[in-house]
Amino acid sequence: MSTTIRWVDPALVIDPAAGGPVELAGARCPVCATTAFPFQGGCPRCGGEAMERVALPTTGSLWSYTVQNFEPKPPYRGVEPFEPYGVGYVDLGDVCVESRLTVNDPAALSLGMAMRLVTITAFVDGDEPVLTFAFAPQEVAA
Amino acid sequence: MSTDVAIVGIGIHPFGRTEGVSGRAQGAHAARQALGDAGVQWSDIQFTYGGSHSAGDADSLVSDLGLTGAPFINVHNGCGTGGSALISARSALLSGQYDLGMVVGFDKHPRGAFATKPSSLGIGDWYGETGMMVTTQFFAQKIGRYMEQYGIGEETLAAVAEKSFSLGAANPNAWRRSPKTRQEILDAPMVNHPLTQYMFCSPGEGGVALVLARGEVAHRYTANPIYLRSAEFRSRRFGSFEVFSPWTTPEILSGPTGDASAAAFTSAGIGPEDIDVAQIQDTESGAEIMHMAETGLCAHGEQEKLILTGETRPDGSLPVNTDGGVIANGEPIGATGLRQVFESVLQLRGDAGDRQVPGNPKTGFTHVYGAPGISACTVLSR
Ligand SMILES: [Zn+2]
Repeated sequence: MSTTIRWVDPALVIDPAAGGPVELAGARCPVCATTAFPFQGGCPRCGGEAMERVALPTTGSLWSYTVQNFEPKPPYRGVEPFEPYGVGYVDLGDVCVESRLTVNDPAALSLGMAMRLVTITAFVDGDEPVLTFAFAPQEVAA
Repeated sequence: MSTDVAIVGIGIHPFGRTEGVSGRAQGAHAARQALGDAGVQWSDIQFTYGGSHSAGDADSLVSDLGLTGAPFINVHNGCGTGGSALISARSALLSGQYDLGMVVGFDKHPRGAFATKPSSLGIGDWYGETGMMVTTQFFAQKIGRYMEQYGIGEETLAAVAEKSFSLGAANPNAWRRSPKTRQEILDAPMVNHPLTQYMFCSPGEGGVALVLARGEVAHRYTANPIYLRSAEFRSRRFGSFEVFSPWTTPEILSGPTGDASAAAFTSAGIGPEDIDVAQIQDTESGAEIMHMAETGLCAHGEQEKLILTGETRPDGSLPVNTDGGVIANGEPIGATGLRQVFESVLQLRGDAGDRQVPGNPKTGFTHVYGAPGISACTVLSR
């Protein structure tokens, strides 16, 4: 087993080497305060080119949700065997981030519910787990 | 300069799955039918705009239709291909440079959901690898929020698809020709909560062609010219909630559908209340519901009552997707927007058969929406 932590894309998080709690890395425009995710160089609102890399809040509220019930075509790479997974946007204040959800039962999800950032295994490459971010309902232990 | 553009000929290759017939051949079939309908020869066509997303270069149709030397301009603009071709052809005729032109769109897609590479939209591979590069997830999330905001129930989603299948059964060019009950639609496998398999369209095949003339000369070709009063295209502005967005703004601002439809009505000089028959993007049941209000055809929250009381059927007060829409016709990307115009022309000519809107409709409206946040709308009238 490899002991290094491997992210699906290390640019998604502030410190991809950290073993503990992670923060998502967004982009904030110093001119118009627009926040985007993941980091991008240009501001989609004012066209400014000075976006700053910022840590996004790790808690927010569920803005929208659905459940993916069938296995998507490639480039999807999931953990085998396929299990339906939740997807939603989480309102982090200045930005809504689209994310995998740890819950796949729509009856257990509702708009506005409190969510917190966690890490999940997106897929396994050889024997190496590849991580991505997800949001979990606040009251459920990780 | 010219003041009007008219549609003087229409042609279609039936939508669905036609084994052994290429997308190009379906486009050529539609083109020949449109020429016949206008009573002209291919050699009379002074220019063509055409497109397909995945069935080859449209301009290669000249090797089937005839090598006349006239300009044939390929349009490759995703779900907006037909609308973009139409806008370009309309401008060419309005400029006075030409009297007669053609617009053609065709496609043939493999089975199953469309697969899009994140990198083609400037998004990292992680987005696809982690299972979020799926168009149906977007529509499910958008309608889920909308249903909660306006108190719309799942029965209304099923009622939209029920109408689509029943009108598909009345449309000889449609793919889905068997009616389905609301219960069958609700009981179908869930794709993305709250949307089941029968609430979604599928990628398909088909071709549509239109012959367009400068308004001043339209009567040379037909006794029933249908005027293209406006054709407008808009891309997303900041703050609109769109498919394939790793992030969005907490507050939804104006979207391309609202922008393009408002522009189309302004440019046509009539309002949504003046429209007798509308064809709007129904990628899934929820899209038809939301687009009814985003285009201004009704108020937000009014849809459930209109749909459950049958007002969106051909004999209702607000006929929507009278040919069964994309739910019954499938979505060959290059042809889908032109199919809406084809159906509008049939309706305004009074030639729509079992699904004809009664009372001699005078005005039509079409609306396409697609990735990555575009909309194309037209207003038509007799
Ligand atoms: Zn800015």
